[in-house]
Amino acid sequence: MANSAKKAVLDPLFENNPIALQVLGICSALAVTTKLETSIVMCGAVIFVLTLSNLSVSLIRNLIPGSIRIIVQLTIIASLVIIADQFLKAYLFEISKQLSVFVGLIITNCIIMGRAEAFAMQNRPALSIADGLGNGFGYSIVLLITGAIRELFGAGKLLGYTVLPVVTEGGWYYPNGIMVTSAGAFFIIGFLIWGLRACKPDQVEEEG
Amino acid sequence: MEHHLSLAVKAIFVENMALAFFLGMCSFLAVSKKVNTAIGLGGAVIFVLTLTVPMNNLIYRYLLQEGALAWVSPDLAQYDLSFLRFLCCIGTIAAMVQIVEMTLDRFIPALYNALGIFLPLIAVNCAILGASLFMVEREYTLAESTVFGLGSGIGWALAVISLASIRERMRYSNVPAGLRGLGMTFIVTGLMAIGFMAFAGVQL
Repeated sequence: MANSAKKAVLDPLFENNPIALQVLGICSALAVTTKLETSIVMCGAVIFVLTLSNLSVSLIRNLIPGSIRIIVQLTIIASLVIIADQFLKAYLFEISKQLSVFVGLIITNCIIMGRAEAFAMQNRPALSIADGLGNGFGYSIVLLITGAIRELFGAGKLLGYTVLPVVTEGGWYYPNGIMVTSAGAFFIIGFLIWGLRACKPDQVEEEG
Repeated sequence: MEHHLSLAVKAIFVENMALAFFLGMCSFLAVSKKVNTAIGLGGAVIFVLTLTVPMNNLIYRYLLQEGALAWVSPDLAQYDLSFLRFLCCIGTIAAMVQIVEMTLDRFIPALYNALGIFLPLIAVNCAILGASLFMVEREYTLAESTVFGLGSGIGWALAVISLASIRERMRYSNVPAGLRGLGMTFIVTGLMAIGFMAFAGVQL
């Protein structure tokens, strides 16, 4: 039990990363990472929703009729997202404005549906929480790395503090405009995946 | 009329759902291996988007918005149910997808089999929910939201079909081992996003 829980938490970090290998939850990973701050808030919201949705789905997994399970899962997830959204609006209004529709889009974040469907429907609550946490962290790692790279090279800042003084403010760093555009996000995640697969050759896809 | 045309052009090219807002990425990356399946999924997305966005617009205006319930009775005018919009939007979308699925199964079984698992996944395609949420946020009217739904559907389909064509060609190129598949797809999509940036500022 202790072993499988540990495996459920640690595996999604690098061995079976939700973004790099399972191709889940990419939309938000690309959209909210222009700044590190929004990435952190987004990660928090996703970990919260993912863990609790895994728990709730796992608790009632034997009561859900197979044919309507998608609707049931969506309802659980949507309710949790409403809680997260209202919380962000109440306490972190500025950031919730920057995240705009992407908080709502956690509902359709494939990681959450995917884990509810693939894991929580078959496993006990404790293990499902571990799985939710693990996948949340795996998602967060990619988001934080991308967010840090994009903010650092796109604006010369980290969390709003100047790290590389930009030319327009009298410094020496020419900000790399492509980092803040959508194309930059695609490139960074593409290269992250390349790096990860270079370290772990068994994750390489055969077909081109 | 001109206003609506310009809105459609904006939704298709300038604010392309897939390339500018990263919406619907999961199926975008997963279904773009073959042009035929990409065309099928693109068509399904256009259809579902054109129906769900105006539908959610009506639901939001007449049931959820602050004071929207006034048409039922004046006492209800004080209620603001807009926090329920996530739940309502996703419910409408799931129901619509179910209808599309049954229709396809009945009338175009070849397409139904080709789309396979990806049809139910349209329900969790962020492009669909995203369009509805953008519609609420930008306060579109009914006509505007129909145009917006259709336009963003066409934009998404356009992007996924072009990516699929590029990937079919790419089978002949020698991609480094670690980049094969997902990694390369990301980089190609990035290049496409740069291409679409050329449309920025285009107005009719």
